[in-house]
Amino acid sequence: MSLLEVQNLVVEFPGRRGTLRALDDVSFSIAPGEILGVVGESGAGKSLTGASIIGLLEPPGRVASGQIRLEGQRIDNLGHEQMRHIRGRKIGAIFQDPLTSLNPLYTVGQQLVETILTHLPMNAAQARQRAVELLKDTGIPAAEQRVDHYPHQFSGGMRQRVVIALALAAEPQLIVADEPTTALDVSIQAQIIGLLKTICKTRGAAVMLITHDMGVIAETCDRVAVMYAGRVAEIGPVHEVINHPAHPYTAGLMASIPDMEEERERLNQIDGAMPRLNAIPKGCAFNPRCPKVFERCRQERPDLMSAGATQAACWLHAANKEAA
Amino acid sequence: MSTGNVSFPLWGKAGMGASLVEQGAGGAGPHPNPPPKGAGEVKPLVQAHDLARTFDVSAPWLNRVIERKPRQLLHAVDGVSFEIEKGKTLALVGESGCGKSTVARLLVGLYEPTRGGFTFDGQDAHAAFKGNEARAMRRRIQMIFQDPYASLNPRWLVEDIIAEPLREHGLISDKAALKERVGQLLTSVGLAAADMAKYPHQFSGGQRQRISIARALATEPEFLVCDEPTSALDVSVQAQVLNIMKDLQKKQGLTYLFISHNLAVVRHVSDQVGVMYLGRLVELADKQQLFASPRHPYTRMLLDAIPKMHDTGRARTPVQGEVPNPLNPPPGCAFNPRCPFANDRCRSERPQLLNQGGTRVACHAVEEGRISGA
Repeated sequence: MSLLEVQNLVVEFPGRRGTLRALDDVSFSIAPGEILGVVGESGAGKSLTGASIIGLLEPPGRVASGQIRLEGQRIDNLGHEQMRHIRGRKIGAIFQDPLTSLNPLYTVGQQLVETILTHLPMNAAQARQRAVELLKDTGIPAAEQRVDHYPHQFSGGMRQRVVIALALAAEPQLIVADEPTTALDVSIQAQIIGLLKTICKTRGAAVMLITHDMGVIAETCDRVAVMYAGRVAEIGPVHEVINHPAHPYTAGLMASIPDMEEERERLNQIDGAMPRLNAIPKGCAFNPRCPKVFERCRQERPDLMSAGATQAACWLHAANKEAA
Repeated sequence: MSTGNVSFPLWGKAGMGASLVEQGAGGAGPHPNPPPKGAGEVKPLVQAHDLARTFDVSAPWLNRVIERKPRQLLHAVDGVSFEIEKGKTLALVGESGCGKSTVARLLVGLYEPTRGGFTFDGQDAHAAFKGNEARAMRRRIQMIFQDPYASLNPRWLVEDIIAEPLREHGLISDKAALKERVGQLLTSVGLAAADMAKYPHQFSGGQRQRISIARALATEPEFLVCDEPTSALDVSVQAQVLNIMKDLQKKQGLTYLFISHNLAVVRHVSDQVGVMYLGRLVELADKQQLFASPRHPYTRMLLDAIPKMHDTGRARTPVQGEVPNPLNPPPGCAFNPRCPFANDRCRSERPQLLNQGGTRVACHAVEEGRISGA
């Protein structure tokens, strides 16, 4: 059974000039211990997906329809108090900027102990002991001394390690990591990604890794969901999506990334830009930029359908199926 | 007199070569030896020598006096030398805080160097920036900034943004001609001439970056300094901007200094690559050579740290440690605390950028042959 199940999730922002649909019919699931990558360009709705799962949608944003289930139990309709108990205990969160996700006025130890005491039946001494262990596990040297330091005394990479320790403090089964390495340098990024991967494997936690960096996804994830204009364009095993993309958008995205291994004179570019939320075209949202567009794409909106080893929301594959 | 003393023996040593060049340049027809003349002519457009910039980050005077705090100097760029040939691209890579953006600002004259300098087309650029030729120099060197949201004035029409350098340098004063030129510039970066009647907020990030490219191109510069021009953009848009930059280079023979932290992008755009670490160049090589056989341990580490797209699930051994505090760099080679090949010499003596088989590397281990070629 899957750990997290998102079904037909719709997130809307009611505004003065009508309601904007930021997420439209998003469905996916995460198995226990699995790492699911979510990629897309800015504005595709990947962070919003993460925020709705951890119940931190900023008003006026709201889940308009659809369901989010954690271990079979609905969590999208829970109240604030109930959600507070799930957040941290069952779902941990890691955000992009480690400086803003830590409170500058408390030592990292105080912040860890607070989280542990809120969620686990421990006394203060045990909680502190556990905090030190967590810092050790995340690779912070001299953890016994560092536990009493303030966030500003840590470097960017070390701070992100603290944030990971904080997310893992109450042994959650799912971690939502929203661009955890975007603010870091490449050498530090490699360390943090490695840490995230091993520490989640050893603890059996599932991860939803939101990023725009395909390289990070390729190296870390089991499956990947590619998002475009608030919808999942393609979802499937990482190898398949990268090497045999079924959706023209995924194919274009892959070809536009400068490759370290082979050299090309020109990069493949997808002309145009992602549509604004108030001007999503009829039919498939990608149709004005799609090189393989045909009549049906302009009229009807495709849902995810089986396309070889992956699932893609593209009429090309319906045509294949009908022909076969 | 001192200049005479220095140059005379040099001239004397190179007597033969110098006379060859002289004859060739003088148009002495019968001389059958063109190569020295050719070699003399391909002079790099930009030549930086021992460029350095130090920032004073000391506590205020009163604190220094009362609390006896020492003066603190930050060596942001510490003796960087390189050449860029006309029509070529030199890329500078490195992690944040390594001084690459400071180099960019030195090259466009936004900072004055504390030591060293650079020549542009045979002319001392920093003297020119201060003197009467400042305008002419600024016209020939332009810059593209990282953030297209911050580098365009939100209250100005695109037309005014792009026309500003033209007006400022007095290149075109006629209104109709100005409009036409702005239209041309917009089309050359893949936008429509009609876009000049819009404000920056009406464009997406990639389009805005094209507007800043159009603005930089307005004065027909020869040298463009690009400070992370695509790092604020999404990959599909980044591809559009990189393609435009490459096309423009081919068409107009532009010379680029391209600053980026993304090695894959650097590999795509550059001819030469300089790797910086804590204010110094640690390796400077042709692109092919650098990516095929990186010499400096830091370059190897950087290359190894990039997640590879088609090599999924590969176990990597990321290098431990982080960039040290630039206010208090380690003695000797700045990379020694993270370097697997460091020995006592690395911890005490600072390596110089030396020629090692075609590339220039600042590493004792490479010099001594402790690291074999890749």
